[in-house]
Amino acid sequence: MSVLLFTVIVLIGAFLAGLVGSLTGLGGGVIIIPLLTLGLGVDIHYAIGASIISVIATSSGSAAAYVKEGITNIRIGMFLEIATTISAILGAVITVYINPGYIAVIFGLILLFSAAMMVRKKVDHSDNNTSGKLAVFFKLNGTYPTENGVKKYAVHNVVGGFLMMFVAGVISGLLGIGSGALKVIAMDNIMRIPFKVSTTTSNFMMGVTAAASAIVYLHRGQIDPGIAMPVTVGVLLGATIGSKILVKTKTDKLKIVFAIVVAFLAFQMIYNGLSGRL
Amino acid sequence: MRKQTKNFFADKDIQLILGTLLRVGVIASISVVLLGGFIYLYSNYDGTINYGKFNPDKSGLSSVAAIFHGLAHFDGSAIIQFGVLLLIFTPVARVIFSVFSFLIERDYLYVLIGLFVLCIILYSLSDKLVG
Repeated sequence: MSVLLFTVIVLIGAFLAGLVGSLTGLGGGVIIIPLLTLGLGVDIHYAIGASIISVIATSSGSAAAYVKEGITNIRIGMFLEIATTISAILGAVITVYINPGYIAVIFGLILLFSAAMMVRKKVDHSDNNTSGKLAVFFKLNGTYPTENGVKKYAVHNVVGGFLMMFVAGVISGLLGIGSGALKVIAMDNIMRIPFKVSTTTSNFMMGVTAAASAIVYLHRGQIDPGIAMPVTVGVLLGATIGSKILVKTKTDKLKIVFAIVVAFLAFQMIYNGLSGRL
Repeated sequence: MRKQTKNFFADKDIQLILGTLLRVGVIASISVVLLGGFIYLYSNYDGTINYGKFNPDKSGLSSVAAIFHGLAHFDGSAIIQFGVLLLIFTPVARVIFSVFSFLIERDYLYVLIGLFVLCIILYSLSDKLVG
């Protein structure tokens, strides 16, 4: 394939990935990796390297918009980053020792899980009941603005959340994705942080987590400029436009359609991984 | 209670600056990537690519030193990689900035936590981890 054609295809694909990723909240990586590996025959190690760059681009791009609203809890983010950065580096280090086929299978399973999480009805578990000693010690409890004034919330089960974040970090480093679905489990279900805070805080953390593993990938030569360039530009453009449309549109139906597409891609990745084609 | 309100607003100021920092970082890196992209396409557009097999030495741009060396020659690929580096360091700059803001707030526990996170990321810069 010629350089120009490859660049154009990846650019369009990355643009769509960024657009749909930001509309559904699933992130760009879940599309970028299947596009590059299944669609264009790129080795999965290059695809992972390109994907992690797209995670940093969307995280920093949309975090810039979120933090201005003042609902990101920087302390929760910073505290949990201890877990995610260590584990992301760990994941990035072990990824080359694992058979690419197995990586594709793990990726497919995470895709299925993310798709299910996306269509699942979300329940807000947050409250302001007394939290544990750790949450008080690390000053994790916070406030956020609502229509009825500033609302307080308490953080629960800090150890459980920290461990889940560790798992999310390993997956992120291993597969080059943001692993937002796992972070949501840790923050919404285990630590019981309100949505408004958890969504933005998890997005905020993704950039730092991805940066840690991206440096390992870069040193290993997994980040190739010929792929990184169209991916970065496309995803960022798509995500920016996506976040502008997001305010005006309802995304319920889109999420279901997208979940089906993602599930299809997941089975493709698992099948190709098992049959040794990736 | 009053202290809490004060912290809330101080946090808001910090978050505003953080937001701007992230935005500037993203715009700067995407501009560099675009510039490098044009040069790269101009000199390589009729070449062919093959990413079918992972080869660690293919791009030859896998260290900070190599990227800066390529920059001096105005090499398109190296300029793209430099933009990618800027993008990677944008969230890292965010951590550095947070450490300072916690220092101003005299929240020494979080200064320590921030520095620890920074050390982990800096440790990944050593290429011993590549394997």
